[in-house]
Amino acid sequence: MDLARSPAEEAFRAEARAWLRAHVPPEPLPSLETAEGFAAHRGWEAELSAGRWSVVTWPTAYGGRDADLQRWLIFEEEYYAAGAPGRVSQNGISLLAPTLFDHGTREQRARVLPPMASGEVVWAQAWSEPDAGSDLASLTSGAVRTDGGWLLSGQKAWSSRAAFADRAFGLFRSERGTPKPHQGLTYLMFDLRAPGVTVRPTGRLDGKPAFAELFLDEVFVPDEDVIGEPGQGWRIAMSAAGNERGLMLRSPGRFLASANRLLALWHARGSPSATRDRVADALIGARAYQLFTSASASRFLDGETLGPQSSLNKVFWSEYDIALHETALELLGEEGELADTDWSEGYVFALAGPIYAGTNEIQRDIIAERLLGLPKGRR
Amino acid sequence: MRFLLDSEQRAFAESLDAMLAAADTPAVVRAWGRGEHAAGRALWSRVARAGVFALAAPEAYEGVGPLPVELAVAFVELGRHAVPGPLVETVTTEVLLAGLDDPGPAKRLLPALVTGEAMATVAPSRPRPSALAPQSGPGPGPESGPESESGPESGPGPGPGPEPEPPTPGREPGPYALTREPKSHALGLPLALDGDAAAIRLSFDAEELRLSPGHGPIRPSVDPARRLTPLTPGGELLATNPPSVAQALTWARLAVAAQALGVGLALLDRTVAYVGQRTQFGVPIGSFQAVKHRLADAKVALEFARPLVFGAAVTLDPADVAAAKVTACEAAYTTARTALQLHGAIGYTAEYDLSLWLTKARALRTAWGSPAECRSAVLSGGGRRW
Repeated sequence: MDLARSPAEEAFRAEARAWLRAHVPPEPLPSLETAEGFAAHRGWEAELSAGRWSVVTWPTAYGGRDADLQRWLIFEEEYYAAGAPGRVSQNGISLLAPTLFDHGTREQRARVLPPMASGEVVWAQAWSEPDAGSDLASLTSGAVRTDGGWLLSGQKAWSSRAAFADRAFGLFRSERGTPKPHQGLTYLMFDLRAPGVTVRPTGRLDGKPAFAELFLDEVFVPDEDVIGEPGQGWRIAMSAAGNERGLMLRSPGRFLASANRLLALWHARGSPSATRDRVADALIGARAYQLFTSASASRFLDGETLGPQSSLNKVFWSEYDIALHETALELLGEEGELADTDWSEGYVFALAGPIYAGTNEIQRDIIAERLLGLPKGRR
Repeated sequence: MRFLLDSEQRAFAESLDAMLAAADTPAVVRAWGRGEHAAGRALWSRVARAGVFALAAPEAYEGVGPLPVELAVAFVELGRHAVPGPLVETVTTEVLLAGLDDPGPAKRLLPALVTGEAMATVAPSRPRPSALAPQSGPGPGPESGPESESGPESGPGPGPGPEPEPPTPGREPGPYALTREPKSHALGLPLALDGDAAAIRLSFDAEELRLSPGHGPIRPSVDPARRLTPLTPGGELLATNPPSVAQALTWARLAVAAQALGVGLALLDRTVAYVGQRTQFGVPIGSFQAVKHRLADAKVALEFARPLVFGAAVTLDPADVAAAKVTACEAAYTTARTALQLHGAIGYTAEYDLSLWLTKARALRTAWGSPAECRSAVLSGGGRRW
């Protein structure tokens, strides 16, 4: 058991640090949940990609560096310590790409991944519907067979990034009346500007259009944009949840950087004793998350799958992120209510954490039933 | 980097777990709490034979250490089975003695600790100031031991301190004003665990390490397995300016952190088993979401304390160890609260064995560094953390 980095890993760290020092914009970009900020963040993705830093874990053929999980953790530490911008392509990179590596065709990977890596095509997710949230398998938006492809109809909700993104991926019901609701679903990619698609942006709590409703009226999707076998969409969507995706949704580097910024803010405000414990807890929580992730990465590299362990992760970081930002806003005193600060932006973003990617109530059910072995019951 | 226990370390944990599971530790704890040490000493010998007390002692003194990761592995299991006795204090004594410039005391005292022939306890020789300590004014009352004439070696000393505000003439004290300092707020002599069972009793401060000649009356802990005694001041001087005090405190905190993690894991296991078989409204209460979610939160807390404990064992960095200590103890305490609530009234009884773990979780929380002291250790020192 050790926490040592090899010379090669330290060299990787130094290379990342040097590149970031030379390229990270000196001033923060405008909020990525605005049209102007979205464009600026897309430009940053292109710059990252030109330096081959946008998708370090991908194979070199698709613009990556073949980095293993340990190197990814190192990169993320350097990335957020450098104060680099948020990742507008996160949905595609951490959700769609792993699915394509596991279940996509060579043609799909060659066509979809390079423009994703460069930010040329930004992806939104299309899972939830007005009546299918935590109970995602009850979704009703349909995919109907047509010549050479499928026609999508229905409504998707809470589609992150869809206000400004180019394409989306999600699950659609291709078979009605199956014995179980998670049968008969198909995983598809589609163009948000295709005929029949209406995107209605939704303002999140601070009014910024961070997500959107999608109205789909016989939107044509060619067969080449179906991932895996039609009808197998649920299994395909869920299979990656237990692997590194559960690990890569939020990197420890991000929270270490935030916790250290909180420490600096606390010192700058005169180290008030009222927030002392919570500042310490923010630092400790970031360290705990870093070490927890190191253990998970070690297990993963041993060939184990993470499975329901990723639910522990999700509950921890989502609640941690809110607590950290609440402490920062308290330290800001009367300025804490201002909406135009980085802390405020981070706070509003953090508030969504316990809700998306499987609510924390669903995660706790998974922990209780699959990790602790408690009996199933009514929700 | 491979941040996982290797197969030997896992096998060590499993063999300790199996040995302790067979030892009926609740009965041992209850006897120990009555001051009947025979069963506890027998168990202690078996723990020593398994090699636990060799882990903190270097080879020069019959040990195999220092092996802090293995020590953490062992203390998780000792906590899981609520093993009584001055476990943390014996390890702390070993580190304190092994790190002295003069090898004499270690050569004389340490081998018997490694073999389990003797137990040791250790405590600071002077009270540590706490938030409740009076800043000035009269010293502790007569039954609280000798005068506290100067600050302790660690933590902020009392210093000159602010002068007490003179009473404003003609103003009545407010309704919540204390007319006098309650007696219980005075600083007593530090208490050592199991001073009556330990053959070696060390008292230390930054200037002196002494072999205490005896112990005072036993004061009960909330945890019946913990019998606390003041150590008799004075005794043989083993070292002046002992260089190993900080290192020994680091090991003490690491051992408590691991022990608390084990206590928490046992509480979770017992509670999961209970809610799976306890039936109300015709179904196991563990099928209710309110019950599940409390246990899920306890699981999250413990599983995030675990890597801090082993990370601290790898680095032995005081900030890492303090982080592990506060987090593991808080996770164990949270789990204890959940365990008590979900067991209902039976959990609130002393006769039910769950109480042995419930009370230990509470006691360990403040042993060898309160949550506030540990958080301060994380914040102390400038610059980036981790």
